[in-house]
Amino acid sequence: MIAQLSRTERQLAAVLAIALALLGLTMAVAAKQGPMAVHGFMALALGMGLFIAVASVLEKPQTNPDADQQYYDDPTKVGIILSMVWGVFAMAIGLWVAALMVWPDATLGHAWMSYGRIRPVHTTGVIFAFGGNALIATSFHVMQRTSRTRLADQLSPWFVLVGYNLFLVWAVTGYMMGVTQSKEYAEPEWYADLWLVVVWVAYLVLYLRTLARRAEPHIYVANWYYLAFIVVVAMLHIVNGFALPVSFAGAKSYTVFSGVQDAMVQWWYGHNAVAFFMTSGFLGMLYYYLPVRAQRPIYSYRLSILSFWGITFFYLWVGSHHLHYTALPHWVQTLGMTFSIMLLVPSWASAGNAIATLNGAWGRVRDDATLRFMFVAAVFYGLSTFEGSFMAIRPVNALSHYTDWTVGHVHSGALGWLAMVTFGAFYSTVPLIWGRKAMYSARLVEWHFWLALAGLLTYVFSLWNAGITQGLMWRTYNAAGTLNYSFIESIDAMRPYYIARFFGGVLFLAGICVGAVNIWLTVRGVRGEAPDRPFAMQGAE
Amino acid sequence: MSLFKAHYNLEKKSIWLVVGIIAAASVGGLVEIAPLFTIDQTVETTPDMRVYTPLELSGRNIYIREGCYACHSQMIRTLRDEVERYGPYSLAAESQYDHPMLWGSKRTGPDIARVGGKYSDEWHAAHMNNPRDVVPSSIMPAYPWLAETALNVSDLDAHLTALRTLGVPYTDAMIENASADALAQATPDSDAASGVSERYGEATNMRRFSSQDTVTELDALISYLQILGQMTQAAYTTEPVGN
Repeated sequence: MIAQLSRTERQLAAVLAIALALLGLTMAVAAKQGPMAVHGFMALALGMGLFIAVASVLEKPQTNPDADQQYYDDPTKVGIILSMVWGVFAMAIGLWVAALMVWPDATLGHAWMSYGRIRPVHTTGVIFAFGGNALIATSFHVMQRTSRTRLADQLSPWFVLVGYNLFLVWAVTGYMMGVTQSKEYAEPEWYADLWLVVVWVAYLVLYLRTLARRAEPHIYVANWYYLAFIVVVAMLHIVNGFALPVSFAGAKSYTVFSGVQDAMVQWWYGHNAVAFFMTSGFLGMLYYYLPVRAQRPIYSYRLSILSFWGITFFYLWVGSHHLHYTALPHWVQTLGMTFSIMLLVPSWASAGNAIATLNGAWGRVRDDATLRFMFVAAVFYGLSTFEGSFMAIRPVNALSHYTDWTVGHVHSGALGWLAMVTFGAFYSTVPLIWGRKAMYSARLVEWHFWLALAGLLTYVFSLWNAGITQGLMWRTYNAAGTLNYSFIESIDAMRPYYIARFFGGVLFLAGICVGAVNIWLTVRGVRGEAPDRPFAMQGAE
Repeated sequence: MSLFKAHYNLEKKSIWLVVGIIAAASVGGLVEIAPLFTIDQTVETTPDMRVYTPLELSGRNIYIREGCYACHSQMIRTLRDEVERYGPYSLAAESQYDHPMLWGSKRTGPDIARVGGKYSDEWHAAHMNNPRDVVPSSIMPAYPWLAETALNVSDLDAHLTALRTLGVPYTDAMIENASADALAQATPDSDAASGVSERYGEATNMRRFSSQDTVTELDALISYLQILGQMTQAAYTTEPVGN
């Protein structure tokens, strides 16, 4: 893959590798010990490894120097593999976390294995590692295909991919060492946050440069969503990340905001991480792969526009619905609720648009498990956004908040929407970019589909039950007018649901393992069956 | 020119699309967040509110490090059952010095916003060592290593300085004596102990929180838990709500 880079790009890569190694060395020396030093050594090792890899082929001639007329899919390939590896890892951790709720002594007395430290490993692993790599990989694929042009250069996609995964490794190993900001979905500490800003800006610049080269006058819908994802995530990450390090030689920092303001900023960020990472980003995926796979044009261009601007505008208002009945001023809570309910309109515009696109292609949905993944994803997108708006209603929130209903809700989104659309996109892309006619085994895709669906339903139904049971038990009064249940009784009542959830997790994990094996066998299969396509018109528009 | 026609032109220009996204996405945050920084109207005035002692701050950082916030909320809502179960609902002033806030979003365990003073130190020590020794069906993990790890107090002055920069009213004397105060709060017979009550108030808990010989992370964590909901008495004098 390095041999594909031009000589200038290789030289630049070598310089960047040295810079990374020096950054790591500086961190390690400044910190002397502790998690930041460990992270410094990681960056140092990565930088040195990359330098050796690049330097060994620095003077060799470039393979395929006239590749300008082909798409550049190497970063997409690596991104998909990284995404699957992270997915298996993060879901396995999730299973362990679920097991700890049933068998709490399974930590074996080790600090790094305890629930509070590995639960964020699971969350970050699934959303940002599995999902983030999938988004980066597919966005590279989609922007080239819809713009009918090659990526702007061959080095910056690698900078984005390697840089982002370094951030993830810092984050995940940091949690195990007790490094966390404790902000939900934004746990990594200040230096990892700063590093992510650098990577993300490079991503935006690459995206805009590639769009500038496009052979199509119009920017395709999927790219609007990917753009919103990149731009707004940067905005959210920067504002939410404002923090003052205790010392530049240590991992610990104090967030700039306090109390009420911090809670509002946190949920403005947290809910919009859902909006722009987990919704806009994956809608970008859906708006490209679903019509291509169904071989039908998007049902309505106008609905796409309505949905896009509706989501981009409304979502930023709704974070405060997480703070009903708290010390946050009442008017902000009400405003959040109002916009949450209005948000249903643009959300369902996209869900409906996706499902209406399948009209006339139902035969394909029945026969093709890959398309069925995307269909189920669109259905669960619709369900989760309905549930989200519903849960934002003040009295409903009074019952659901703090319970497992919320956990069930985020998993119906993560498993039903994010993971399903990702698998659909991967099964569409993998044969294409590795030059195969089809996936290694269509039967394994079927198996993955049914395992994932069964796991998802088991998981979500058990936690809906758990959440509503908890919410009702906490507020049940007896005839004497006092609370009927102690808190521990509500925990005892959760046991069957937690066991059921564990088995739902087993099924879902089994599914992704089947998918990973199938992808691996496809990659290793016969090469060159179907050559890379030139910049031909695609079926999407 | 219709709206869709205008969009037809917009989607040909990536920079304008980006500008449009930023503009659309900025409004909600500006409307909801900016007014909260008119702090006098957001956070009520409570004359008796005090800052965390260095030992309590260390305990709070251990609480964050171990991810306790993932299971315990610190925000009692204005709902009848919560007020009856946990105590007076939480006020904005009670977390005004919290960088970050730890309101939480999930109660796998109970809310602990008012756990201070509710259980004895011995109970907390036993509970951390193995929760099932005191609550047989608890699903909380055990934290036995806290009692075995000596508390690191060496850079507490830097912690207090950083917090003062962010607006927490730590005095020069508090910063200067941070490390000594942390140890003194858990060794009340020492000479330095009088300085703690002088700087943080007579009501400060001064005792050996766990029964260990040295000051451990467990001491710090218990000192933090024992002050939760007791930093100010304002919540106990506020009229309860019926909802």
